[in-house]
Amino acid sequence: MYSFNYRKVKTVADAAKVLAKDGDAKLLAGGQSLIAAMKLRLAHPSEVIDLGTIKELSGIKADGKAVVIGAMTRHAEVAASAAVKKAIPALASLAGVIGDRMVRNMGTIGGALANNDPAADYPAAVLALGATVVTNTRKIAADEFFKGMYETALGQGEIITSVSFPVPKRAAYMKFRNPASRYAIVGVFVADFGSSVRVAVTGAAASVFRVASMEKALAAKFAPESVANIAIPDKGLNSDLHAKADYRAHLITVMAKRAVETAMK
Amino acid sequence: MTVKVSLTVNGKPASAEVEERTLLVNFIRDNLRLTGTHVGCDTAQCGACTIHMDGRAVKSCNMLAMQAEGADIVTIEGIAKADGTLHPMQEAFRQHHGLQCGFCTPGMVMSAIDLVKNFPNPTEEQIREQLDGNLCRCTGYHNIVKAIKAASQQAA
Repeated sequence: MYSFNYRKVKTVADAAKVLAKDGDAKLLAGGQSLIAAMKLRLAHPSEVIDLGTIKELSGIKADGKAVVIGAMTRHAEVAASAAVKKAIPALASLAGVIGDRMVRNMGTIGGALANNDPAADYPAAVLALGATVVTNTRKIAADEFFKGMYETALGQGEIITSVSFPVPKRAAYMKFRNPASRYAIVGVFVADFGSSVRVAVTGAAASVFRVASMEKALAAKFAPESVANIAIPDKGLNSDLHAKADYRAHLITVMAKRAVETAMK
Repeated sequence: MTVKVSLTVNGKPASAEVEERTLLVNFIRDNLRLTGTHVGCDTAQCGACTIHMDGRAVKSCNMLAMQAEGADIVTIEGIAKADGTLHPMQEAFRQHHGLQCGFCTPGMVMSAIDLVKNFPNPTEEQIREQLDGNLCRCTGYHNIVKAIKAASQQAA
C-alpha cells in the first residue's frame, strides 16, 4: 500500500471540505473494497477521509411508504433489521448475501453505491426500487445515479448521506453468485409497485441496468411465465473467465423468473 | 508520517505510533506481538485474520488500524479464561477435532463465536452457509461444522 494522510472527520461538511480541495482524496466508509484496492496499489489516494466516526450517517428509519438507510449503515445491520424485513424483505435478504459475514459487518450501503462495482448487489435494489440517493447537496434519482463501470453521478466533494427506498407491493432479488468471490455473476431484482414493475440487473454488464421488455411483460401479468421466454441479447454483456456473455444473457432470464417466483411467495 | 492509535485489546488498553497505512492485523501481530491472529491470503478472502471489533467479527487484514481507534478488540488470545479454561467454542473444536494443520483455526473460532451469536442453534446448512468467509486449506470442514453445531447446542 502506498502511504497517505489519514484524517478523521466529525461532520459531513468537514469531509466535503477536504474532498472538494483535494481531487486525490478518498472517502473511507467500510473500506471492504477501498482497502483491498489500496493494498493492490490499484488505488493510491493522497488522503483518506474516514467517515467511521460520523454518527449521523448510520441508522435505519422505516414507515409504510419508505425505508431510509444511512450511508454508513453496515450490510449486516440492514440484513438483520426487523424494520427492513417487514417493509422490504427483499432488501434485507439482498444485504444478507453480500460478500461474507465478516465483510457484511464492515461494508456499508453508501460505500457500495459510491464504488458502483459492476458486480455489486445494492445497485440492483436501488435501481429496481427506484430509490433516491441523498447526498450532502442534492437528491439523485436511481435512474440518474449509475453512469457506468465504477462511475456514478456523484460530483467532486459530494457525499452520500442516505438512501431512501420506496416500499413496493412485493419484490425479490435472485443472485447467481461466483462460488469463490460471492460476487454476482448475474443478479436480478424485481419490484412490483402494482401499477408498474421495475427489473434491474447487476453483474452482467459494465453497470447495473433495467430490462424494459421484462418490466412491460410483468406489468401486464406478474407471473414467472411472463419473463420465461424473454431472451436477452448478449451484446455488450460482460465476458470473462467466470462466464461468457451468452451465458450471462441466459442467466438474466433464469434469475428474473426465479425472482418473480420468490416475490409471489 | 505516523499517527497514534489507541484501542482496547483483550480488555487491556493498547496504543502505539503507527504509519497511517498500518493494517489492524499488523498492529495486532507486530506491535502487540499477539500472533494468534493469522494472515492467510491477505486479500480478505480466507478469514484467518478474523477478530472481534465491538462485538462484531471482522477481517483485520482488510482494515486500517486507525479504523479501530477507540474500539474494543478481542483476538483469539482473549477468549479463554484467565485460568486457562478454554472458551466453549475452542473446547468444541478440540473435542470434535475441528482442525488439521491449525492455520485457519483462530479465524474459524472467532468467526464461529460470532456465527452462533447471530444464528442461535443454527442448522448444519446455516453453519456451512455462514462460514463462507473462512477457508480451510486442509478442507477439514466436516469436523469444524460438527464443532460449531456442538458448541451452539451447549450455548442454547
